[in-house]
Amino acid sequence: MILAFVESWNDSFKKASFEAVSYAKTWADMSGTTVRAITSASTADINTLATYGADEIHTLELSQTAFGVASQLQSLIEGATGIVIAGTSFGKSLAPAVAALCGGALSTNTTSAPKSLQPFTVERGAFSSKGIETIELHGRLPIISFVPNSIGLSEKSAAGTVSNVQANGNDLLKVAEVSIAKGKISLPEAEVVVSAGRGLKGPENWGMIEELAEVLGAATACSKPVSDIGWRPHSEHVGQTGIQVNPNLYIAIGISGAIQHLAGVSASKTIVAINTDPEAPFFKAADYGIVGDAFEVVPKLVDSLRAFKASN
Amino acid sequence: MKVQIKSRQKRTKSIQKSWIYYARIVIWWAKSNTKRMNILVCISHVPDTTAKINFTADGSALDANGVQFVINPYDEFGLTKALHIKEAQGGTITVLNVGGPETEPTLRKALAIGADSAVRINATPTDAITVAQNIKNHIQANSYDLILCGQESIDYNGGQVPAMLAAMLNLPFVNACVGLDLNGNEATAKAEIDGGHATLKANLPMVIGGKKGLVEEKDLRIPNMRGIMTARTKPLSVEEGSNGGLTKAANFAKPAAKGSTTMVDAGNVEELVRLLHEEAKAI
Ligand SMILES: Cc1cc2nc3c(=O)[nH]c(=O)nc-3n(C[C@H](O)[C@H](O)[C@H](O)COP(=O)(O)OP(=O)(O)OC[C@H]3O[C@@H](n4cnc5c(N)ncnc54)[C@H](O)[C@@H]3O)c2cc1C
Ligand SMILES: Nc1ncnc2c1ncn2[C@@H]1O[C@H](COP(=O)(O)O)[C@@H](O)[C@H]1O
Repeated sequence: MILAFVESWNDSFKKASFEAVSYAKTWADMSGTTVRAITSASTADINTLATYGADEIHTLELSQTAFGVASQLQSLIEGATGIVIAGTSFGKSLAPAVAALCGGALSTNTTSAPKSLQPFTVERGAFSSKGIETIELHGRLPIISFVPNSIGLSEKSAAGTVSNVQANGNDLLKVAEVSIAKGKISLPEAEVVVSAGRGLKGPENWGMIEELAEVLGAATACSKPVSDIGWRPHSEHVGQTGIQVNPNLYIAIGISGAIQHLAGVSASKTIVAINTDPEAPFFKAADYGIVGDAFEVVPKLVDSLRAFKASN
Repeated sequence: MKVQIKSRQKRTKSIQKSWIYYARIVIWWAKSNTKRMNILVCISHVPDTTAKINFTADGSALDANGVQFVINPYDEFGLTKALHIKEAQGGTITVLNVGGPETEPTLRKALAIGADSAVRINATPTDAITVAQNIKNHIQANSYDLILCGQESIDYNGGQVPAMLAAMLNLPFVNACVGLDLNGNEATAKAEIDGGHATLKANLPMVIGGKKGLVEEKDLRIPNMRGIMTARTKPLSVEEGSNGGLTKAANFAKPAAKGSTTMVDAGNVEELVRLLHEEAKAI
């Protein structure tokens, strides 16, 4: 049985949740076994996991911390021949803890389904998107943490028998407060990202960036110097030393395209660069480019997209 | 005359002395309210961010020819945080790397920045479990109040060692840590989570996976001449480690080169919208 840990946010699933089940299903089909999804008992529409191939769905009262959940999973892995966890911020703390507690071999930053089962092999990103590593996981219990949005969904219906289970979690920290920006799309899960750099001249000019993001249903991001000077919060800093993103569409405005910036965004499926300088390195990494002044191009793009959205 | 001058000098000297004495008492009193901290900073040794990444002809490993290695950028925030804590409440800073002799210049650099001593655990860091196991053994043989790691090494992008280490030691762990306040044995940490922040409380010792925010970019220190000179005399000890691991890097390849760029006229953004919709299917 392949075990998928399925995360939920405010008691509802997101794309990464279904992607975890889809991943487990692909793996289970390859090895002729079943999928067990483990998720929080308070999540709404638990049955939707069956659509993506969950044969069994085990629900429980989840611990608040990643280590707590890891210790719960440790007591629920009997019969598991593999574990799948989405590489969300919670998953990034969870997967290594599970590997340490359960003695499984772990691949994080995984970008492919299993390539082979003997030895168990997958591909993963290394050197900040400058390399692709093919890695073998040895031992009884391969554990996969995958990059959200890199695997995709596949609908394959299964029984999805729901049962409630008990497991004690061992929390070593206390969660004092959680604050989530309301109405904002979080950067790691965004399918479209609108990002701007020092070319914007000052924080007061971000209005048009936010407008563009709103029309596209996008998250906003920025280059490192922009967050260092305090024009935008650190949580928007993308790149090799910030958040790594792989949306379907990345729009870079007034960003030169330094190697460290590109390292964190080049996995995006489609890249658009808007820059006054025709020699800006970003144009080499982009699929589409506009040489022009952001202060003229962006408002026009907002209008044009509004018109497009209205007629589509 | 001479006698008078001398006695005046004596008097000022004794006043100065008592002031220094008084200041010492104040500093001692301030520090007695806080905890002297024994801090371990785990450092990985990685290619510089501007390095061109190439692999050996058989694809088995990084081709390190001409690559400059540096302190992992995420770990620089941990090292600077350790310096801030030491300056505020006293203590010692040990920097540690699990690796071969080639990583010693990176450890020396950390000493030049201000760490007190360095440890290299002689082992081949084939995977995170091996690294974490070696660090765990070192921690169990010594005792640390705080273990500062980076969120991720920018070479293999694992993001695994700190969480594994914490789990092995049964210690609290905060990943993507962008703020840490200490009050005696109690720590309050701020962590970046998807879409926001969390505030977490734990008792020391604990493990941190840090990033920018733990200290600010402008707080990062570079070694000065004096630091470089004193680093030469600071202890760098080598401990024998163990090898092992459960994973094997079978092959490395470069990603496929990006196709050509379609340029669109700045006066014709409608064309961009059309291309994004019809060609790229991105909107
Ligand atoms: C160790 C290390 C790690 C780093 N990590 C990162 C990282 O993770 N992420 C990151 O982003 N950077 C990182 N950097 C910094 C990186 O090297 C660059 O300095 C940075 O990306 C540049 O930001 P920028 O493109 O916003 O600014 P600039 O390089 O100043 O570029 C501004 C661009 O705006 C254009 N422009 C100006 N006016 C206009 C206008 N009106 N309309 C349109 N375009 C305009 C200019 O032509 C220029 O290309 C790192 C550096 C180091 C040393
Ligand atoms: N070989 C190593 N020696 C010492 N510390 C390491 C080593 N590898 C990783 N670390 C620490 O673990 C953090 C995360 O690394 P990683 O799990 O390799 O991405 C790094 O920022 C370091 O603090």
